[in-house]
Amino acid sequence: MAIVKTPYKAAAVNPLKMSQPLGASYAFMGMNRCMPMMHGSQGCTSFGLVLLVRHFREAIPLQTTAMNEVTTIMGGYDNIERAVLNIRQRAKPDLIAICSTGLTETKGDDVDAYLKLIRQRHPDVNDTALVYASTADYVGAFQDGWAKAVTALIQHLVEPVAARDVRQINVLPGCHLTPGDIEELREIIEAFDLRPTFLPDVSGSLDGHMTEEFSPTTLGGTTLEQARAMGAAVHTLALGEHMRPCAAALQTQAGVPYTVLQRLTGLSGSDEFMTELSRISGVAVPSKYRRQRSQLQDAMLDAHFFIGGKRIAIGAEPDLLWALSMGLTELGAKIVAAVTTTQSPLLELLPTEEVLIGDLEDLEQRAKGCDLLITHSHGRQAAHRLRIPLHRAGMPMFDRLGAGQRVTVGYRGTREFLCEIGNIFLAHPHEAAPDSWPLPETGHASDAEIPAH
Amino acid sequence: MNALSSKIQVVFEEPACGKNQGKAEKERKQGCAKQLAPGAAAGGCAFDGAKIALQPITDVAHLVHGPIACEGNSWDNRHSLSSASMTYRTGFTTDISELDVIYGGEKRLYRAVKEIIDKYDPPAVFVYQTCVTALIGDDIEAVCKAASRKFNKPVIPVNSPGFAGIKNLGNKLGGEALLDYVIGSEEPDRTTPYDINIIGEYNLSGELWQVKPLLDAIGVRVLACISGDAKYKEVASSHRARAAMMVCSKAMINIARKMEERYQIPFFEGSFYGISDMSESLREIARLLVERGAPQDIKRRAERLIEREEARAWARIEPYKQRLKGNKVLLITGGVKSWSVVAALQEAGMEIVGTSVKKSTKEDKDRIKEIMGEEAHMIDDMTPREMYKMLKEARADIMLSGGRSQFVALKAKMPWLDINQERHHAYAGYEGMVTLIEEIDKTLHNPVWDLVRAKAPWEQDRRVPA
Repeated sequence: MAIVKTPYKAAAVNPLKMSQPLGASYAFMGMNRCMPMMHGSQGCTSFGLVLLVRHFREAIPLQTTAMNEVTTIMGGYDNIERAVLNIRQRAKPDLIAICSTGLTETKGDDVDAYLKLIRQRHPDVNDTALVYASTADYVGAFQDGWAKAVTALIQHLVEPVAARDVRQINVLPGCHLTPGDIEELREIIEAFDLRPTFLPDVSGSLDGHMTEEFSPTTLGGTTLEQARAMGAAVHTLALGEHMRPCAAALQTQAGVPYTVLQRLTGLSGSDEFMTELSRISGVAVPSKYRRQRSQLQDAMLDAHFFIGGKRIAIGAEPDLLWALSMGLTELGAKIVAAVTTTQSPLLELLPTEEVLIGDLEDLEQRAKGCDLLITHSHGRQAAHRLRIPLHRAGMPMFDRLGAGQRVTVGYRGTREFLCEIGNIFLAHPHEAAPDSWPLPETGHASDAEIPAH
Repeated sequence: MNALSSKIQVVFEEPACGKNQGKAEKERKQGCAKQLAPGAAAGGCAFDGAKIALQPITDVAHLVHGPIACEGNSWDNRHSLSSASMTYRTGFTTDISELDVIYGGEKRLYRAVKEIIDKYDPPAVFVYQTCVTALIGDDIEAVCKAASRKFNKPVIPVNSPGFAGIKNLGNKLGGEALLDYVIGSEEPDRTTPYDINIIGEYNLSGELWQVKPLLDAIGVRVLACISGDAKYKEVASSHRARAAMMVCSKAMINIARKMEERYQIPFFEGSFYGISDMSESLREIARLLVERGAPQDIKRRAERLIEREEARAWARIEPYKQRLKGNKVLLITGGVKSWSVVAALQEAGMEIVGTSVKKSTKEDKDRIKEIMGEEAHMIDDMTPREMYKMLKEARADIMLSGGRSQFVALKAKMPWLDINQERHHAYAGYEGMVTLIEEIDKTLHNPVWDLVRAKAPWEQDRRVPA
């Protein structure tokens, strides 16, 4: 059990947190033929776009309503209308997905009403789906924005269906899962003879593949048709605690029951996942995964020598923090410092003494004497000053290749993760030196009696 | 009219801006910023611009007053290098909450300044205004004034909220903050007749360090670079320079002109990109310094250096000419002046099939015509789709552009080189041009292009079932 502390400083130093609209935009990128758009100043979009480009090394479709001082005060209707018409005409997306920003939330733009009015005035826009999520920059963090966007997608798109399809399940992945993770999960789920619909599915759009045509919108991801049909599924799996409200919304909308799986990293988390799939599908856990489970056990035995007892400092969003902390404490690591970005029911359950909603300065102070720092790429300066290795986890990861392809879920993903962490300790061994075991400075009665050589 | 809009008006009416002076009276009043089309806009905001312009000042704490998006989504993402302090790479923000939006964020800002001074003790704190805090009416000028007095340390307001306009406007508003609060506020320890300011150079990837040895070699001292690898004290005492060079014409013209007006520091507009441009800049620096009373021999030293370094650079480029001859280049640049790079690429035997002129002045365009001929293909605003098509149809062999269009080229399986602010290589001075040619060669002749363009076995080999 941990004590959760909230920020106490006036100035955040070296932010860990990113904003809600960015999380929402990222979620929208998992929709096929979609143009995500931030309703705000052009800088809101520009910063988010650069960050995602640097992380994924992919073109990122993200538009802006380009609000300025005057339009902000007068209200953003005209800008949203012009943006929707412009995007529809130029990019011809299936979906224009809009999220608000701090600027337009401060003004109080009623975007839901704007969209209704746009539909009334421009009936031809009916060929384009419009989805809106309210995501003020000064509330919550990246994962909250992601969850709000997914909830909005569900509420706008999913239709109640009379007949259930017993082989169809819905999967609502949290934002801490990479495109690589989602590919792995799809493979596992399909092995249980189930057909999963991921909402959103960034593995279709941001997996880094070559395309034959240039597209101004997302290319790949959940289609509108798939999203609309989610009401027919037999069950919904919410992956990560922050996806609970999304799964609840889906149940309200279409009556699909749900399970929240809090983590898929680590042996027990993966076991829970397999059990749930087996229960839903009525299919026994395939031999491939039984084999993988024993491979993971073997890797855990090999890795525990190096990970056991290690003092680790983690800065991550709540669900990623949970997955990493639980996965590592399963091998005897100690989570000495935990800093996160936003509230979550998971925080007080973390296997550490204190969890702080804070920044990388806080993490750096608490990480003194630790063996390993785990956070996103911005931790590089802190790790350098602390002279301890940095394992990059989360977003942004701009100084490593393949950020979107890393897999840490399931038996196989957990094995890869544990080997990677173990290898860091192998690469940074504590070698003994002549002065590694000094006696205490004072307190030896014999001090005065040492004969000179 | 409030302080911000009157400041913006001042910047818009900048008399030294060629583009501005080419306009009719009425047009000029509307300002430089083209009205952005919602849903079809790209590029950074005014806050972004101000931060780009000032963040290279290395020993200052740059504090962003606003919600997490403005700093949290963007910090430590540029390659402006420092030779000493690393304070500028620390991300400071008030990260305002919903309650601050309701009750006002001024007190939090004041406490944030205090915390930063207590913990980091920088020579100055720069406070950046953002959209939300501007909208709720936080008076950062007043807070900075109070904090300066209380903590006995310069606390500089940078009033350039994102919604004021585009990035370029923010560059200038950042410059205004330096003019209003920093430049001339301290005295240099010593001065020489060879002191210059370099204005609008950000030391991206260390480019200033490709130029500084040249200046050292002819005995020129850089009193202040605004703002690459600068220290606060250097900028504050930069008004004692004898002459100035303005590097990136669009960004900081207001600083150069107003320093001429206030402190009689003559300036010229030059570039470090391209061999002849580099030489021309050295000559101009020497000329201006002599005009201001420096001994004549600096001109001779400059000429000797130019002769030696130009010859050395051409000799190093020579081996590439054969390999690069006839290759077609599409040049899409933002900040880097296209004409200066065009000349260098042509010297290396390449053909420029198009160049962007989005940010160029009329004068720039005339120079491009001069270099590339009347039929020069000037691109005002190319959509990604058009770029993709042009590359796919192989009307160009390589694209040089900013990171934004990187994937347009790569997805078309065409060579691409980053020449914008996110780039990792330094391309200034004689060294830089050699590096650029080397990089182009490395990219163009990488075996990867043949491999990625080749069809999969099942698309070409009949023995493999399709």
